[in-house]
Amino acid sequence: MQTLNFQQLWRYQDQLIDGTLHTLLLTLVAAAIGTAIGVAAAAAVRSGPRPVRWAIRGYVELIRNTPSLIQLFVVFFVLPGFGLRMGAFEAASIALGLYFGAYCTEIVRAGLDAIPGSQVEAGQCLGLTRWQVFRHIVLPPALRSVYPAFTSQFVLLLLGTSLASQISAEELFHTGGFIETRTYRSFEVYAVICGIYFALVMTFKLLFAAVGHLAFRWPVRR
Amino acid sequence: MALVDIRNVTKSYGSTQVLKGVSLDIKEGEIVTIIGKSGSGKSTLLRCINALERIDGGEITVEGQPVRTDMPNLRDFRQRVGIVFQAFNLFPHMTVERNITLAPVLNKRIAKAEGRALALDVLERVGLADKIDAYPAQLSGGQQQRVAIARCLAMRPHLMLFDEVTSALDPELVGEVLKVMEDMARQGMTMVLVTHEMGFARNVASKIVFMHQGRVWEEGPPAELFANPRTPELQSFIASVR
Repeated sequence: MQTLNFQQLWRYQDQLIDGTLHTLLLTLVAAAIGTAIGVAAAAAVRSGPRPVRWAIRGYVELIRNTPSLIQLFVVFFVLPGFGLRMGAFEAASIALGLYFGAYCTEIVRAGLDAIPGSQVEAGQCLGLTRWQVFRHIVLPPALRSVYPAFTSQFVLLLLGTSLASQISAEELFHTGGFIETRTYRSFEVYAVICGIYFALVMTFKLLFAAVGHLAFRWPVRR
Repeated sequence: MALVDIRNVTKSYGSTQVLKGVSLDIKEGEIVTIIGKSGSGKSTLLRCINALERIDGGEITVEGQPVRTDMPNLRDFRQRVGIVFQAFNLFPHMTVERNITLAPVLNKRIAKAEGRALALDVLERVGLADKIDAYPAQLSGGQQQRVAIARCLAMRPHLMLFDEVTSALDPELVGEVLKVMEDMARQGMTMVLVTHEMGFARNVASKIVFMHQGRVWEEGPPAELFANPRTPELQSFIASVR
């Protein structure tokens, strides 16, 4: 039986750090794109004109009911045929941003639906604009109510960035493949990669808990 | 000239006509109490005065200006006509101070220190200055309603509307809210109240309006109306709430 040997991996520490940073960057860029899409689309689904609402429903259903890998291939391999040429990292950011945005739309919409209409009415009665009511009265408690769902989806996004390896984006999983072909230490390589993903997820969970504690401090009566 | 002039107002929800030609004058400084059974159109009338509901016919003017849900200066109008709701409708994620200063800060661009002074001023009027940093969930129902009144006062309204503001409160908390409203009445605020508090209506109101089946059935000074109800409907209503 082959013995475990992690020592060979040590010389690839720079690549591992680089891959980890790319995974982090890819996650954050996709999350930023997706969150912006999610908040805007959820608001538009509630109060936008009918064609916009249909377009958003179509987008959400399309993304949620097709494989993420195919979405990634479409952005990377199909869009260049329409003149939209981009690198692997950019393509992965956009594809994963669209993927996260679809789920984020549904998450934020659920939060907005949970806010009673009387809160909106109270804001209107104070002479606030529709945007002020949305930004100051509706959005904060809506985000609080969906924060756990949002953070879970973020974790799925982080783990899902490994798909980007299929279009050769140099993120953590792709780095693992590279090291494996050099060392033939499959188990050790993927154990380390797995450990890094686990550490990243746990770090984000702690971070989200702290942010949630600071951002949503108001007491609620149960 | 009347501060509020309501002329032959009609309003329907689907096939149900809720207001069937309501006419009413409210003069500056008057305390008008609207009473009547559930479904008589009291709250709908109040919401129409604040342009929260679109009227189907007739006209409402406030300070000479026709009230419409699509009026160009609706936001300014709403700052002049405050409304307090049965369910308080405080913003749960904001402190009492922020609840009160949100609109003045956003609309009138007042400074933070000025906002706190304004919040303290209106909170003192409702006896809750010590709760300025509390959140709504940390207050009793009566305190929340008093903060809602203070939030309204911070807009410096010319007219205040109260929609059954004591109905959601435990009986022991009703008194503190009524006392605040009595103080406001003494200070000359023009107020229109929908209420089931007959004691308040009798002692504080300058005019009682009895609504029945979407119409103003009877109106007049409280002493006269309660002592000599002209219609069997008002007689029956007074007997039922005694």
